[in-house]
Amino acid sequence: MSNVRKGYIRPVDFKHGRVDMTHGSGGRAMAQLIEELFLAAFDNEWLRAANDNACFAVPNGRMVMATDSHVVSPLFFPGGDIGCLSVHGTVNDVAMSGARPLYLSASFILEEGFPLADLKRIVDSMAQAAREAGVPIVTGDTKVVEQGKGDGVFITTTGVGVVPEGVNISGDRARPGDAILVSGTLGDHGVAIMAQRESLGFETSIRSDTAALHGLVAAMVAAVPDIHALRDPTRGGLATTLNEIARQSGVGMMLREEAIPVRQEVEAACEFLGLDPLYVANEGKLICLCAAEHADELLAVMRAHPLGAEAAIIGAVHEDPQHFVQMETGFGGKRIVDWLTGEQLPRIC
Amino acid sequence: MCLAIPVKVVELRDGDQAMVDVGGVRKEISLALVDGIAVGDYVILHVGFAIQKLDAEEAEKTLALFAELDESMGGEVQPERRYHIMEFCGGHTHAISRYGLSDLLPDNIRLIHGPGCPVCVLPIGRIDNAIDLALNKGVILASYGDCLRVPASGGLSLLKAKAGVGNLRADVRMVYSSADALKLAQDNPGREVVFFAIGFETTTPPTAVVIQQAERLGLTNFTVFCNHVLTPSAIANILESPEVRLHGTVPLDAFIGPAHVSTVIGSQPYEHFAEEYEKPVVIAGFEPLDVMQAILMLVRQLNEGRAEVENEFSRAVTREGNVKAQNLVAEVFELRKSFEWRGLNEVPYSALRIKAKYAAFDAERRYGIEYKSVADNKACECGAILRGLKRPQDCKIFGTVCTPENPMGSCMVSSEGACAAHYTYGRYKDASDPSPQPSPRESGERGTTKNAVGT
Repeated sequence: MSNVRKGYIRPVDFKHGRVDMTHGSGGRAMAQLIEELFLAAFDNEWLRAANDNACFAVPNGRMVMATDSHVVSPLFFPGGDIGCLSVHGTVNDVAMSGARPLYLSASFILEEGFPLADLKRIVDSMAQAAREAGVPIVTGDTKVVEQGKGDGVFITTTGVGVVPEGVNISGDRARPGDAILVSGTLGDHGVAIMAQRESLGFETSIRSDTAALHGLVAAMVAAVPDIHALRDPTRGGLATTLNEIARQSGVGMMLREEAIPVRQEVEAACEFLGLDPLYVANEGKLICLCAAEHADELLAVMRAHPLGAEAAIIGAVHEDPQHFVQMETGFGGKRIVDWLTGEQLPRIC
Repeated sequence: MCLAIPVKVVELRDGDQAMVDVGGVRKEISLALVDGIAVGDYVILHVGFAIQKLDAEEAEKTLALFAELDESMGGEVQPERRYHIMEFCGGHTHAISRYGLSDLLPDNIRLIHGPGCPVCVLPIGRIDNAIDLALNKGVILASYGDCLRVPASGGLSLLKAKAGVGNLRADVRMVYSSADALKLAQDNPGREVVFFAIGFETTTPPTAVVIQQAERLGLTNFTVFCNHVLTPSAIANILESPEVRLHGTVPLDAFIGPAHVSTVIGSQPYEHFAEEYEKPVVIAGFEPLDVMQAILMLVRQLNEGRAEVENEFSRAVTREGNVKAQNLVAEVFELRKSFEWRGLNEVPYSALRIKAKYAAFDAERRYGIEYKSVADNKACECGAILRGLKRPQDCKIFGTVCTPENPMGSCMVSSEGACAAHYTYGRYKDASDPSPQPSPRESGERGTTKNAVGT
């Protein structure tokens, strides 16, 4: 990048410009975009070194690595955008092992014709999210595909982190008797996104809950190192995530519907569309399974953190060879909370 | 059977439109089917249209009824007798499963899930027709989200056709309301838009509204593929089946009447069933307490030897129903001689088609759609399950070959279907409730009976 001599080239037009094929060609245009956009926004010593990789020292302990591709429509939504989402998503995947996330990589697939103003907005949002999380984006890649072969922008991020000594958090460690906790209200992200889809025409004040949860996790792990399982209920929502853990651990679960926190507006929007909030995506919530005797202490720690203020104990694990997740309904009956079937589609009946 | 919710009108707008609110969520809807609505009124909303006004006084009376529910249910049910109650409507099936209501009922009350789910009863051949339109006629096919996953012939569905078949890709758009389909046609003047219309009496009036609007707008690129069906004909078909009427081998004592369908057609059409077949009917709302209250009312009628039409859902259902909506439907649609229902076969005078007067908006006429019946999987017991002959867990492909991911029969298609509801919400009970498994031979024979019944 340093060989691009400033002053001889017109700066990238972030007001009216659009992504074109040269931005991914490996030539000057690409170098200029990287320098004026990505480097300027993410600015750190590893990017300034201008290598195709990032070289860093690793603290002692077990390392964790996670990757996540982000495709979301619309790209901008109340409470966030694809940029901060792509940072939070991967930071959270790393954090769900109890790890402290250290570094991120980011890979962009841009569609020819995509407005550079939008791209800048997204990259700035990513940079801010990474700064707030204290996890730098240390290496990256940019490719451009022809118009019609992408959907504006796709972002893949990868993260690495280190797990503290004595922490062993895994989806196969849920045991009969464990308590099930959730860090806050469910369904906010999915409903915020859906309300933006033009065909549905909703007006709501629901915002995506997208957030980096590693701070909350650090506080939880510090209080109770022996947390059994942690997971962020993204696609498929709470129901699908709990079914995954039930299968991995070979246990059953019983939830109490009344204890599950759902915002009134989310409940209402779900009613409009015939959806179930338990299956709607979240981007800033976590589910925690721990021994029953640790549940109250963890709940207190979670509630003391801004991202866990509405945390609740929502159920318990029991033995069940069939690995069913069940729920006592608000009405006193029982039912299964099954895996998501197909995709959640608005329905008329 | 129809997803509809009470919403509060907060603002009246031009062109029969209004802004409504539910728990802080706002949406613009159409008031074309209801008269005399004021700000502050509650209406029942279905596919973007208000279908009936809610009566606040009646709502309070119902609340008062609920108060006595806990104490009296146990007292009314006579332990030595059995009660077989069919909830016709898929919405009730869903509510019963979703809230685990059968756990709360005495063991001698058996609920039979009826055929009142519009997606479930849509025959394979009609979905084949829709897929053909979208794949081979180059149209934009606008469909409610429910229909997208319904399995058609050759392992296809609208969702799969949208993803592509060979070199062809179907342009299928999901709409929330019939009004959205009309808008698609306005926004794409160079394309032909076909609205894949399904549903019972609740969903039919919104289709009638957009056909008339299309005429007023002079649209030439908008047609409707009409698959609207009628509730009373299906109930009559079940009551007329030999097992129920002649042999009495299927005990069917009473009906819970549909909620939202009844807001449109009223309670009057059920009077015939009470008189002719001596079956009590109680029309019920979709709240769990509504369903429990309706069951209690039916138990009382049966105990006292009465067979009447009672209305638990009086806050939204009158005897006459929504006359404005009925007139609109009568203006645009006429009866079909016969229509195939998935699981029930051909049912005479059970569906609607578009009148010749509106032929320009009839996809069947414009594209010369020819209907070809396609049989369900041979092992499928949907016909027997819809009539109360069998329970979902009695079908040998239930939960094995036939699952919500890969449905074979109609009852597994929508979450309102008897099999899907049991699979999704209730199958944990099967482990502790071993039921006799029918032999393959036996179920084959039942399959044949099913065909005989329909003719």
